[in-house]
Amino acid sequence: MGFLAKLLAGLRGQRSAESSTQRTDQSFLTFQHTGEVIRAENLLAEAGYAVRVLAPPAWLRTGCDMVLVCDAVHEPAIRSHLAKEGLEPEGVYPVASGLLAPVSLLRFVDYGAWFMVQAANMKITVERQSGRIVNVSGGGCPDVPYLAAKLVGARLSEAQEPRFSAQTLCAYALQKAFMEAKRLWLKDRG
Amino acid sequence: MAQGSWLIVGTVPDAHFPLYYGSYHLEDERIYFDDADLQPISVQRGTAALLAAAWLTLQALGKATPKALVCGDLGQGEGSAKVYDLLVQRLPEETFSGLTFHYLYPDVDWHNRIFMGLESLARRPLLVCDAGFMYVAKMSGYAQSYDLFTPDLGELTFLADAKAPHPFYTRGFVQAEDHDVAELAARAFEQGNAAAWLLVKGHEDCLVHQGKVLETIAEPNLPVLEAIGGTGDLLTGVVTGLLAAGWPMQRACLWGARLCRKAGELASPTPASQITDILPKIPALLTELAVAKA
Repeated sequence: MGFLAKLLAGLRGQRSAESSTQRTDQSFLTFQHTGEVIRAENLLAEAGYAVRVLAPPAWLRTGCDMVLVCDAVHEPAIRSHLAKEGLEPEGVYPVASGLLAPVSLLRFVDYGAWFMVQAANMKITVERQSGRIVNVSGGGCPDVPYLAAKLVGARLSEAQEPRFSAQTLCAYALQKAFMEAKRLWLKDRG
Repeated sequence: MAQGSWLIVGTVPDAHFPLYYGSYHLEDERIYFDDADLQPISVQRGTAALLAAAWLTLQALGKATPKALVCGDLGQGEGSAKVYDLLVQRLPEETFSGLTFHYLYPDVDWHNRIFMGLESLARRPLLVCDAGFMYVAKMSGYAQSYDLFTPDLGELTFLADAKAPHPFYTRGFVQAEDHDVAELAARAFEQGNAAAWLLVKGHEDCLVHQGKVLETIAEPNLPVLEAIGGTGDLLTGVVTGLLAAGWPMQRACLWGARLCRKAGELASPTPASQITDILPKIPALLTELAVAKA
């Protein structure tokens, strides 16, 4: 979230969605496709809403799944904001029990002139000196080879973030690996 | 093993690539589709890398090469749905000795339709799953009906996690280590979330049968291979080729793992190497193996 978005979130008095999901004051929104969830998260984060991607409850799972969790009190405003962008959730449900959270731990491997970052099942490898992405590996969803082809050879400073083309959970994980790799590379450069 | 050709089922990272079912060949690091006038695709990663590895393996062994069922899909799942639909139609009409499922959008409903189609066959083909289809096979609850899954160590953690619907939600995904394989494989099998055979790709490759580790392949040990996109596709492709050539499962998996490690070593890889640096090493190794066997 950028500075302005953070400021807006603060002004709206929103709590972080990182807290426990076993609460009745939260809702989750379902969408027809994971690509819509990723787009909705991007739009809402830009607008300053605190939302979080989690797994749906077992009875709603169809395969590659994610839902957006938000404070119930903000749900009407969120729906209205998404409608303006042409996005309509398929359903809205109260969070009645714990929803699985994504993997948050990242793995780092030092290869000397290169380093690798892993987020869930996705790995991205970067040449330290140039910041050039030299490899993307892992994953199993069909947008992974497409995103890998776009990223390999590009510099972290210039490459488009995966989230702009991401459609699946694997691509969502790749976004996390990309951002961490970029953070580490920028830190390296002082 | 049932008679018939081996079919590789997956997707291509090109939104305009149409549904294709037929034979293919490899030339100049590209897959050419023999039965249609289509642009060839790069073998750099994904299903194309698997197609290339399987084709090279069978070609080197002098056996019939496999068929491909693919469609363009950038993650929306529409191409995968076309692939699933055609497969459901073809299953009763054609005989396959085996199928390898690869980069496909995980969809339980489509999975179950294909699974029912496979179950209704008089003689079921050998079934190999990797990537997205392995995820959905686990989620469907029918994992034990498959013959081989080829997870990496993290994906094995996913198979062993009864609650996780996708690796993205798997507890302990990135912390798993080689010494955890026996416990994770046993748990995955006990919960019904593993195929009869697992070839676990890692710093050490492990061959698992019915939840028990049978063999470990640790040499040559090249940690940089983990960073190279497509090395998993290469291994699944070579094993597919060996199975399609009629090799028994245990032998195909062990030799597949050994060959891919050796091919990696011959390419003197760095973390910036590409799968196209390793693929060309496979045929000579297979020829060597055939000569040694003779």
